[in-house]
Amino acid sequence: MMPNLVVDAQHLPAKLRVATVSLAGCFGCHTSFLDIDERLLALVEHIEFDRSPLTDIKTIGFCDIGLIEGGVCNSENVDVLRTFRAHCKTLVATGACAINGGLPAERNHFDLGSLLNDVYRQRTGLSVSSSIPNDPELPLLLQRVHPIHEVVNVDYFLPGCPPSADAFWCFLNDLMAGRTPHLGHALMHYD
Amino acid sequence: MNSSADIPVAATGENFMLDGVAVDFIPGETILSAARRQGRYIPHLCWHPDFDPQGSCRLCVVEVNGRSGSACTLRASAGAVVESDTDELNDQRRTLLQMLFVEGNHFCPACEKSGNCLLQATAYEMNMQDVRFEEFYPQRPVDASHPDILLDFNRCILCELCVRASHDVDHKDLFAIAGYGIGTHLVINSESGQLGDTNMALSDRAADICPVGAILPKRRGFVTPIGQRRYDLHRVSDPNTQEAS
Repeated sequence: MMPNLVVDAQHLPAKLRVATVSLAGCFGCHTSFLDIDERLLALVEHIEFDRSPLTDIKTIGFCDIGLIEGGVCNSENVDVLRTFRAHCKTLVATGACAINGGLPAERNHFDLGSLLNDVYRQRTGLSVSSSIPNDPELPLLLQRVHPIHEVVNVDYFLPGCPPSADAFWCFLNDLMAGRTPHLGHALMHYD
Repeated sequence: MNSSADIPVAATGENFMLDGVAVDFIPGETILSAARRQGRYIPHLCWHPDFDPQGSCRLCVVEVNGRSGSACTLRASAGAVVESDTDELNDQRRTLLQMLFVEGNHFCPACEKSGNCLLQATAYEMNMQDVRFEEFYPQRPVDASHPDILLDFNRCILCELCVRASHDVDHKDLFAIAGYGIGTHLVINSESGQLGDTNMALSDRAADICPVGAILPKRRGFVTPIGQRRYDLHRVSDPNTQEAS
């Protein structure tokens, strides 16, 4: 008789815990990540998602990898980013926004007050009583949009707007294998 | 105008060593032009084969007989030992590129030059995955006063190719560099400082020499499909790839 080869679950290699979040992002990096298509099934053999827009987990636990999409544009972004930094061994700035502020940082050309005024008070079609939202429930915007490395230390950067699915795949495979992620020329783009 | 014009055309058979490989040169020729002529890539931004060297971008700095200098201004000498493709020099180039990226607003995702941009292609070549430094986020207004040409000064890397082209080829002297330190910037030589008040034409050499997205023709953005742009097809180090303009 063959011995019973069933391994007790607690002796299996632990899955890496991965958290993801979109700060001042467009969710395009998450969409591009999902573009790895059926490779996602292979991936979940090795990772388990913690807090992420793809899960229902509200607060982040201790994780191996945190993928951050988007720059930092308001006070809540700063809070979330610091919490991610405190909970993730490896933090990755994912996409152009997280790396250099991205297109949202084009608002840095303008005065914040006049922008809010233009959108919530001066725009045609608004009702006469329209005002700039001021409920304390809402996070205040920062004067400027910032890349995430200006707020917390970042371990790796995954460029692209968004990074391609193959770039995500290659990057995560390197990280999971314990290698320094290396995209190579073919997967490197900023646009 | 053309730096090769005053150089004797016959090679003497003399050569220098570039990363261990012999490179022939014409007496008087710089290290960069001799290397480039023979398909050997040395990273550069402000150098262009049609113009005198400038020496401002520092990307082409190499070690010549153990001392560093810019390959675009150093004349080749027989038997010189030149090192270019070393980890140390490439690290230094990556840092220079990061400095240029944070100094301007290089939001490639919406730039019409993306894929055709020498700065971007060189950053890919040097494996630049991040910018590390704090962003300057300059706030220079664009100049859209000209009917056919748009200027975005927040992308300008001060290579002075437009200055040289306008002076040497177009004989119009429409561009100049003004200011000091980080305030140094490109200016237009017209009473109002606006490009629209000059006699610049789309056919001027200065209109298509810009290696980045600072000087752009109007109404012609995003014409080339992704995958067919200059640096989609060939990486910048490819000997067959010409300068961006």
